[in-house]
Amino acid sequence: MRATSIIFKRELGAYLRSPIGWVVAAVLLLVDGILFQTQAMGDKHLSADVLRAFFIYSSVVVGIAAIALSIRLVAEERQTGSIVLLNTSPVRDVEVALGKFLAALAFLAIMIAMTFYMPLLIKINGKVSWAHVAVGYLGLVLFGAASLSIGLFASALARHQLVAAVVGAALLASMGQLFPLADKLDAPLKGALGQLDVWWIHFQQGFASGIVNVKDIVYYLALTYFFMLLTVKTLEAKRWQ
Amino acid sequence: MIRVENLSKYYGGTRALGPVSFEIADGETVGFLGLNGAGKTTALRILACDLRPSAGSVSVDGIDAVASPHEVRKRIGFLPENPPVYADMTVRDYLRFAGSLRGMKRADLDKRMPEVLALTHLEDRQDHAITTLSHGFRQRVGVAQAIIHAPKLLILDEPTRGLDPVQIVEMRSLIRDLKQNHTVLISSHILPEISQTCDRLLVLGYGALIGSGTEAELSAAEAAVPRTEAEAAAEIRQIVVAIQPVSARAAVTAVLSKLDGVSAVAEPIEQAGALTFTLSCNRDIRAAVSRAIVNGGWDLVRLDYVHGELENTFIRLVSGGTDARN
Repeated sequence: MRATSIIFKRELGAYLRSPIGWVVAAVLLLVDGILFQTQAMGDKHLSADVLRAFFIYSSVVVGIAAIALSIRLVAEERQTGSIVLLNTSPVRDVEVALGKFLAALAFLAIMIAMTFYMPLLIKINGKVSWAHVAVGYLGLVLFGAASLSIGLFASALARHQLVAAVVGAALLASMGQLFPLADKLDAPLKGALGQLDVWWIHFQQGFASGIVNVKDIVYYLALTYFFMLLTVKTLEAKRWQ
Repeated sequence: MIRVENLSKYYGGTRALGPVSFEIADGETVGFLGLNGAGKTTALRILACDLRPSAGSVSVDGIDAVASPHEVRKRIGFLPENPPVYADMTVRDYLRFAGSLRGMKRADLDKRMPEVLALTHLEDRQDHAITTLSHGFRQRVGVAQAIIHAPKLLILDEPTRGLDPVQIVEMRSLIRDLKQNHTVLISSHILPEISQTCDRLLVLGYGALIGSGTEAELSAAEAAVPRTEAEAAAEIRQIVVAIQPVSARAAVTAVLSKLDGVSAVAEPIEQAGALTFTLSCNRDIRAAVSRAIVNGGWDLVRLDYVHGELENTFIRLVSGGTDARN
């Protein structure tokens, strides 16, 4: 896993050096702040409701940021030709995928941490438990990781970043609509499809409300693993054709 | 060092390469020569373990490239057509990254870095972001990443592509330096490139190996093949003649055009106070040209005869390849 650490450092450095990382961070914080002020604070009376609304709006912004951060990871390397260096070096595809994923996750986690002033304001001016705050942030990181893995897979598939963005966003949006879609179906499809939804069941009804369900944690970890596996298999197939 | 047997590569139903077989010994500098689309890049990418062959075998240092690509990758430095650089990194950080990927430890990198920077003349640019470098410097960074881990085999795909004349000369000099410590494979469709840097040539045409040997061997083999008058006339023979004064353009053109053996006179170029004519001819007629210039009362500044030996050999080989294909 030495190569993972080398690629992790390079990719994290790339986010910090290039405008894309800072632009995504600035937009995330700006939009999240506006949504907090205009929507989450709206007409709610209970602090817990405000906090729940904050996490719900933040999750949407985190999903968009995750796709924006991940689309460049492989597609940009294909566009510029730098992927040849990775392809002709004695490193495994799983190390490449993991290094890139962890770097994007670390940057996303830093961005998520920078939103902490908003729950802090709620805590100071109202009554919310630290546990709710912690659970909400755990949910944001897990949802962000799953979204990143979807974006990374799209990036591994595509040659151009724009195509990767469209594929990644379409995948994530589709997976976020499985619950409403399942609602239109009969059992047993209704239950099964609903549980696969990436947002409604596991985030909105779970983490955002301050509830920790092991099944939600397992779901996000499994989803992340599944798309990482797809990414590795895609890299393998494209590398050594 | 390298043994290739019946190597082929297909993209879908299209054959891009092969079957080709050849061997390259330790310390040799071998040039892959061929027209665009001849299969040079495909061959080099397979040797660099970037592409998997459709059929045949490749072994580097006795290691099967298909069965153990990682082991082969450790022994190879590869510069593709476009240098695989990260524009956001500085030269030094990028070379550290490339070396680390090839398994180099920090201490080895610290020791090797100054040698590589000196060899590629990048010392002054080591702290510059690659995005700020010119194409020529990026190409040097590409060479530096290929040699940072001191590989046994160095593969350079069109290393002078897109470089200006000064950079081309510098790149040739760099390749000559690299020959001392590496087995080098270079691909190019630029003939002087290959003839000035390589010990041996492998000529590819439409995916097949159509010639192999030193420049002299290829020329001798081709010279032994009887050719028609038309083929002999089509060979590249030129005389470059520079005269003064430049005002004599029309008169000199008229005189040179009438000389026996001259088939064409190109539009003269005015350069450094002299007028340079390029004559296409079917034999060496320098004596006649010099007499004509002096008898006309003009000053003869330069007179060169160019018989494109390698060019002619190459054209004949490629034509043969076309015939074989047809």
